[in-house]
Parts: sequence; C-alpha cells; structure tokens
Amino acid sequence: MNTQPHNRATPAVPPDEPVHTPSLLARMLDSDLWHSFVRSPVTVVSAVVALLYVLAALCAPLISPQNPFDPATLDLMEAFTPPLQANAFSGRTFWLGTDAQGRDIFSAILYGSRVSLLVGVAAVSFAALLGIGLGLMSGYLGGWVDALIMRIADIQLSFPAILIALLIFGVFKGIVPPELQDRVALYVLIVAIGLSDWVQYARTVRSSTMAEKNKEYVQAARVIGVPAPLILLRHILPNVMGPVLVIATIGLALAIILESTLSFLGVGVPPTQPSLGTLIRVGQDFLFSGEWWIVLFPGLALLILALSVNLLGDWLRDALNPKLR
Amino acid sequence: MNAPPVTPLLQVEDLRCTFDVSKPWLNRLIEGEPRRSLKAVDGVSFDITRGETFALVGESGCGKSTVARLVVGLYQPDGGRIVFDGEDPAQLDAARRQKLRRRFQMIFQDPYASLNPRWRVDRIIAEPIRVFGLMREDAQIRRRVAELLTLVGLSPADGTRYPHEFSGGQRQRICIARALANNPEFLVCDEPTSALDVSVQAQILNLMKDLQDEFGLTYLFISHDLAVVRHMANRVGVMYLGRLVEIADSRTLFEQARHPYTRMLLATIPDISMSGQARPAAQGEVPNPITPPPGCTFHPRCALADERCRREPPQLLPAGPARHAACHAVQEGRDAAPALRHDTD
Amino acid sequence: MAPPPLSPNDAPLLRVRGLRIEFPTRRGTLVAIDDVSFDVARGEVLGMVGESGAGKSLTGAAIIGLLEPPGRIAGGEILLHGRPIHALPPAEMRRIRGRHISMVFQDPLTSLNPLLTVGDQIVETILTHKPIGEQAARRRAVELLEEVGIPAPDQRIDHYPHQFSGGMRQRVVIALALCADPELIIADEPTTALDVSVQAQIIALLRRLCREHHTAVILVTHDMGVIAETADRVAVMYAGRIAEIGPVREVVKQPQHPYTRGLMGSIPVLGAGSRRLVQIDGAMPRLTAIPSGCAFHPRCGEAFARCREERPELLAAGHARAACWLYAGDNAAERAR
Repeated sequence: MNTQPHNRATPAVPPDEPVHTPSLLARMLDSDLWHSFVRSPVTVVSAVVALLYVLAALCAPLISPQNPFDPATLDLMEAFTPPLQANAFSGRTFWLGTDAQGRDIFSAILYGSRVSLLVGVAAVSFAALLGIGLGLMSGYLGGWVDALIMRIADIQLSFPAILIALLIFGVFKGIVPPELQDRVALYVLIVAIGLSDWVQYARTVRSSTMAEKNKEYVQAARVIGVPAPLILLRHILPNVMGPVLVIATIGLALAIILESTLSFLGVGVPPTQPSLGTLIRVGQDFLFSGEWWIVLFPGLALLILALSVNLLGDWLRDALNPKLR
Repeated sequence: MNAPPVTPLLQVEDLRCTFDVSKPWLNRLIEGEPRRSLKAVDGVSFDITRGETFALVGESGCGKSTVARLVVGLYQPDGGRIVFDGEDPAQLDAARRQKLRRRFQMIFQDPYASLNPRWRVDRIIAEPIRVFGLMREDAQIRRRVAELLTLVGLSPADGTRYPHEFSGGQRQRICIARALANNPEFLVCDEPTSALDVSVQAQILNLMKDLQDEFGLTYLFISHDLAVVRHMANRVGVMYLGRLVEIADSRTLFEQARHPYTRMLLATIPDISMSGQARPAAQGEVPNPITPPPGCTFHPRCALADERCRREPPQLLPAGPARHAACHAVQEGRDAAPALRHDTD
Repeated sequence: MAPPPLSPNDAPLLRVRGLRIEFPTRRGTLVAIDDVSFDVARGEVLGMVGESGAGKSLTGAAIIGLLEPPGRIAGGEILLHGRPIHALPPAEMRRIRGRHISMVFQDPLTSLNPLLTVGDQIVETILTHKPIGEQAARRRAVELLEEVGIPAPDQRIDHYPHQFSGGMRQRVVIALALCADPELIIADEPTTALDVSVQAQIIALLRRLCREHHTAVILVTHDMGVIAETADRVAVMYAGRIAEIGPVREVVKQPQHPYTRGLMGSIPVLGAGSRRLVQIDGAMPRLTAIPSGCAFHPRCGEAFARCREERPELLAAGHARAACWLYAGDNAAERAR
C-alpha cells in the first residue's frame, strides 16, 4: 500500500502477471474455440468428413479411376454396370457402378463435387462480400441509405431464394447469345446463387455494426478524425466477422444444395460439366428401371457433404455465442 | 457572464442539441404519432480556462455526456458555438479542423468498450500518432508507445498483449495512454472512473492529477459522483434536464450550494464520516426528458417552487461572487428556507 | 407489524461456517469463496462490501441457493435457525426461498416479468407462500405497495413494470421480496442501477422496512457510503475471503485490516477537498492466481514473512475482527506501532 503522496506521474504499478507472448499455434490450441471443438465428437467427425471431401474433390484428377468427361475413356459397353460387379464385356469392376454412358459413378461424383464446391464457395464469397459491404454501409450511415438497402432486402426476402435464382437465370438466358451460354453458365450460376443469398449477411452485419459503432472504441477513433471508410474497415469489420463466419458456413451447405436444385431443374451448370445435382437429375431417369446406383450415390454424396458442413456451422454458431457458453 | 482576464481555452456558447426520438416513419404513419424530439442540451454556456478542471455533474439523462460529445465533435450541435482557443471547428475546412483535433482528446467511461478487442495494445496507443502523422518510422513510434505505457504505470512489454488480458483499471490506463499519444492540451473525460472499483478509481484519479501537473492539461470532467468532482474540479457546473442550473467555483459550490437541485444532490451523498445526522431525503425522480415540466424543469421536486417557477424558465444569472444560478428563488432571495421537503422515509 | 415471535433458542438467524465455493473449469478448479464464516442475527443489517470479483455476490447467491452452475458449494455449511440449508434438494430450497429468505437484485427491470402487471406478480407470490384467498392476497398486495412508498397503490397495482420509473420499479421489487414476510432479505447491489437522488430514497426505505418488520438484511454492495448509512455490521471481502468483519462504525472510522484502511482512504470525501487519495497499488488477484498466505500480502505495505506463508484467521482487532497477522498475539509490538 502506498500512502505517501508522490508527485511523479508514474505510480509504480507492476503488471500483475509476467508478460509472455505465446506463439499463434499455442494460443490457438489453448483457445476456448479449440477446446469446444475437440469436446464435440460430432463436430470432429463432420470436420474430418468435410476435409476429406474437399481434398478428394481437389485431387479428383489424381485419385479418380477415369476422367468421366473425356469421351475417349468411356466405353458404352460398360454402361449400367452395377456396383462391385464385374462388367460382362470388359470384366472391369466399378465401386459405385457406371451410368448409361459407361461412366464410372465414383469418378463422376469426385468431379461433380468439384463443380458443386466451386459454385458453393464462390457463391457464398460473392454473397458475403456484397452483404458485408451493404450491411456495413447500412448500419454505419443509417438514414435513407439504411432504409433503401433494408427495404430492398425485405422485398427480396419475401421471395424464395430459388425463385430469385431462377429469375436471374431467366434474364441471363434472354440476354446472352446461345453460343456463349454454356461458357458463362457457371459464372451466372454463382452470381444467381450469391444474389439470392446476400440479404442475411447484410442484416447480420448491419445489426452488429449498429451495436459496434456506438461503442467507445469507435468513438475514440472518430474523435481523432479517422475517416469513416477506415473506421469501417479497421475497427468495425473485424468485430462483426464472427456471426458472418457462422452464416457463411451454414450458407455454404445451402448454396451447394441450391446449386444442385438448380442443376436438377436443368437450369444450372451445362451438361458438359455435371455437378452433383446434374448427376442426380440424370440418374433419376433410371430409378424405375432398376439402375438405382446411378441416382443413389450422387444423392448420398450431396447429403454427406451438406450435412457435415451444416453440422460444422451449427457448432461454430454455438461456440461463438457467449450466451450458450 | 463576466469576462475572465485571460482568453479561455474553451468557450461554449448557448449550445443546443436535439435528438429525434420518433418511431420509424412507417410506425408514425400507421399509428398517427407526431415526430418526437428530446432536447438533450438546451442552451448551455461555459468557459474553461487553461490548466483548470471544469466538471459537469448531474444525474443520468441530464445531458452532461452529450455536452462532452458535442465538444469533441462526435455530435453536431443544433445551435450555439464551441470555440477552442479562438477557433470554431465548425467554421474550419477539413485540414485545419484535423489540425485543431490534434490538440484535444477524450477518455471514455467504459474501459471494456473503449478499446478495440481485436487490436494489440501497442497498435491502439499508436493510432493517434499514425492518424495525425506525428511520427513516420516504426522504431520511433515503438519508442513513443513504450514511453506512454510507462507514463501511465504499465510496462512497455504490455504493448504486445490484447485488451482482454487486462483488468478494468489497467484498461483505463491504456485509454489514458492513447489519449496522451498526440500530446493534447485538453482532455474531455466522460465518467472516467464510474465503471471502476473505488481503490482502482483512486489510482486513476491520482494518475490524472499527476498528468495534469506534469503536462499542464486542461480537463472537462463529466461525472455523476459529487465526491469525485469535489476531488478533481476547480469549477463545477450542475446540469438538470439539459440545462446548467448552477455554476461556481468548486469550493463555493460544495460549501454553500444555492440552487435547490444542487442542495438536493449534495444531501443524497451517503455520509461516510458517519456523523449520524439525519438527512432530508430527496424527493421524486428525474422526469422524462421528452416531456419536461414547463417553467423551471426542477419545480415538481422543489420545495421553493411558486407560481413563477411553474410558468417561467429561469435564466442562469450571477448569484454572488464566482457563482451563477438559474433559480427564481435564489434571484428573489427566498432560498434561505429549507430547500427540501422532509420525507417520512 | 409486530415482530415475529423469537424462537426459544437464541441462536443467530443465519450461520455460515467455512463456506467454500468452487468453479470447475478446464484449466483447473477456481476457488471463488474460501473459508468464509459469519452470522446474521434477527433484524440485523449485515453489509457485505468488496470490489468486483471479491465474491460478495456469490456468497449471497449461495445462501439463497441460486448459485449458477458450474459453481458449487464445495465445503462448509449454511444454517438457517440451526438447520442446514446448503444441501437441500431444489424443491425444498424453493420453499425456503421466498418464505424465509428472499432476494432483491441490482436491476429492477430484469427482476420483474414485463408481461405481467406488478399486481399479478405480487399476488402470485403471496398465493405461493400463504394459505389465503385471491381477494385477500390482492388487498395485501395493495398494502405492500403502499408500504414501499408507491403513490396511489390501488391504481398502480394494475400497471406493467415499464410504466414505472427506475426507483419505483425497485420499490416494487422490494414489495415482492416482502410478500411472504421473510426473515432474511439478500439485497444484491439494490441501488447501483439507480440515480443518486433515488439511491438515498431506496436506502432509507430498506432501513425502515427492516426495522418495522424485524427482517434481517444482507446488503451486498461495492459502495462503502451505502454500507455506512445502512448496515449494523459489515464484512469486507477480498479475493473470496473476509478481510475484516465488525460493527460498521468501527470498521468505517477505524479500519484495522490494511486493505480496509486502503479502501477507506481511497474514497473521495466531500469535506476533504482535493487532497491526494490513498492508493492501493496493483489490483485484486485473479482467481487463477491467488497468492499464498494472506491474499493481500503482495499489495500490503506492512506484510512480513508470516503473511506470505500462512493464511491468517479472523483475529480480534479493536472492536472488529480482521484476518491479519498484525493482530496475532505475538505481534503485539507490531500492533502498537
């Protein structure tokens, strides 16, 4: 205790703990997030599955038995081979069977997952960028900017996402010349899914931004005249990213499903680049003629991918929610 | 107000700030409600002389924090002027306003919300240095941050840590270090210790006094705690519902308060010296500031209120040496009677 | 109201012995309250004062059986009328809560249900604890509201919590706590959320009710001023332990424990002008790093070897008792200093 009056401006206050800065990895392994992760077996399993899935999709050319999109590797005589049974002509066995063109289903799934994941990730990134940008502006500026953005969001929310995506696709079909359509279809699909999904990012970011902008650290930056764009970028953005991460993870599963739905309806990726949805659409034609494997395995693949990503998202939401800790 | 001999560092003249507290447009349209506004600051004037501590004191909702935010430019006034060392920031172009900003800083109430949780402490403290372009080289900035940390009683090594690793008092020290980073002359302190424990409050108040002595700082000190204000301030303004009701030298105010509201506030301070004297209990609560009472806004709680008080808002007028009060009873000399009704509680 | 008849034995109303509260975390078990013992007599106001994290609110929550998991009572006992209540099953504890012990929280807004009128909430509480009819309960509710100083109680009873101001709302909460004529009220920072001019009114109200009903109160607060005004005795807590306990006048005017002395000196006082405040350097230790021996020794200017090694018990110090080795018999010389 110090009862002596002293005139120096530096009262001796020792920091109450010795200072050491652990490495990033050590900090991560000691974080609450990591501990809640390893304590949830479901989450660990879905993370491993999702990771394997992404790896398998990325390395598809290396691990798949055939390139399903190279007509030279296909043999029509091998069509409709059931799973794990030797083909009557070539004697080859396919793990998951083959389709009407003799295409190996396993390889098709690997390549299809590439397309599905690519579209999903790109669409989510597009939606998140758009939503975060508009949400930050809406929340920080308020007033008529906020009213305008949020009314557009309200209107869009009153339509189902798939309708919006179909609408955008319809417009695209109308304005792009047919010979270009196949080439740009993938990008249009990404934009269509992204545009149908930005609203929830914008809403979440807007409400977090409104909470953050009144916090005193933002006011401290305003007092010294930091320009608004820098305040948004350096101060507010890093502090609103938690919920965005959760939405993006769950959104990834939804985007993959939406892409499959669109492809299933025939408005998605061109048949030359089949995604999981395309495979399911093609496969369902054979469902009633007994070739069940053509639709079942791509369907299962989609289910497993969407489920594992979704479970990861659920865990992240709970882990980042301080109220549930 | 009689002109002080030297030019004050800060002059606030007839400051007004109104907030729109209406419901959203669609609700108003459907429910047929008019726009509603809250006069948070309603004609406040005061001067602060270089090197002094001027305190604004009052209960929550009296507008004292709004005045602080108006002074540093976080809110725009709806009327009146703020003149800092002869210059009105509202009249300046952006570049000169930024130059003026370098000369003042602010310390906030909540040490848990006033530091960006994602930034390391050294980056937080260096922000004003970088924003004002005071130093260019990283090594130079690092040295200055270390110096500032030492100045507020922390260790230079603390710069590599994140805000959540510190206690409330240590965080407030970091806030003070950040506020001193651009060598300001004038600090606006908005309830800087009301979120802290008393023993930590003592550390921070002592530190603020030491820094004032060392750097000749001028403080605008906002607080609801009269004992803290008595400890820190040279001059005190008491606010009630957006207006200054009494303004006086600290000593004058605390020894012979004249406005009935000031007297009521003084009577509510718990008696820690345990003199055992019965205190008159305060009456009523602060009314809703959206619909303040007519006339003198304090009249429903005032034992001295008469017809004139209910009708006519009083002006802040001289009431003895080094004191102004906004009270008809004081001006009419009928404030000798006990200002408070005695409650049975 | 007549005071309730005294029970034949003269035992204290509440007796806490060796209370220990632990929080198991993944980094080990935190001891939030360590060996805390005190008594509360009938009709007495015991102040519990301390800085944030000192464990004062936890002690209150443990007594009324509202400890938030994973916190748990790991040792010691809490006796009400000599009957242990710290290990009762939840159903039995609920009967004690409200009937014998009730609670007033810091924030009046969150301790009232916003969807029910205050009358409904008071009547419901009365009916839970007393064998009377709904009409009688409503009459009692109006009486209670009048008693806590709410004007026009027969009209206000049908209002919702948001229609009351902060101070009036806290009065409603106090009326709610009084419903079943409890013998003990635990008031956890009852004035902290209120404006200064309203604080004084609530303190005066608590004092008067406690006197009239002969109800004991444990007043948990960080505000020494509130304690000085309200309490009969005060327990000063530091790092989950009682540093000093004694009659409020003695502790406030002649604090014995070095921590209490520092704490009292650090409070700005109106009459004292702008003298430099006494300053206890450093901060209260975190629960993860409570020092050995006396938890205060690293910040204490008078610490000696024994303080670092051995934890002091509450020892007689003046008219109070302080957990400080300065008051051990063999340190008489030190004490005389």
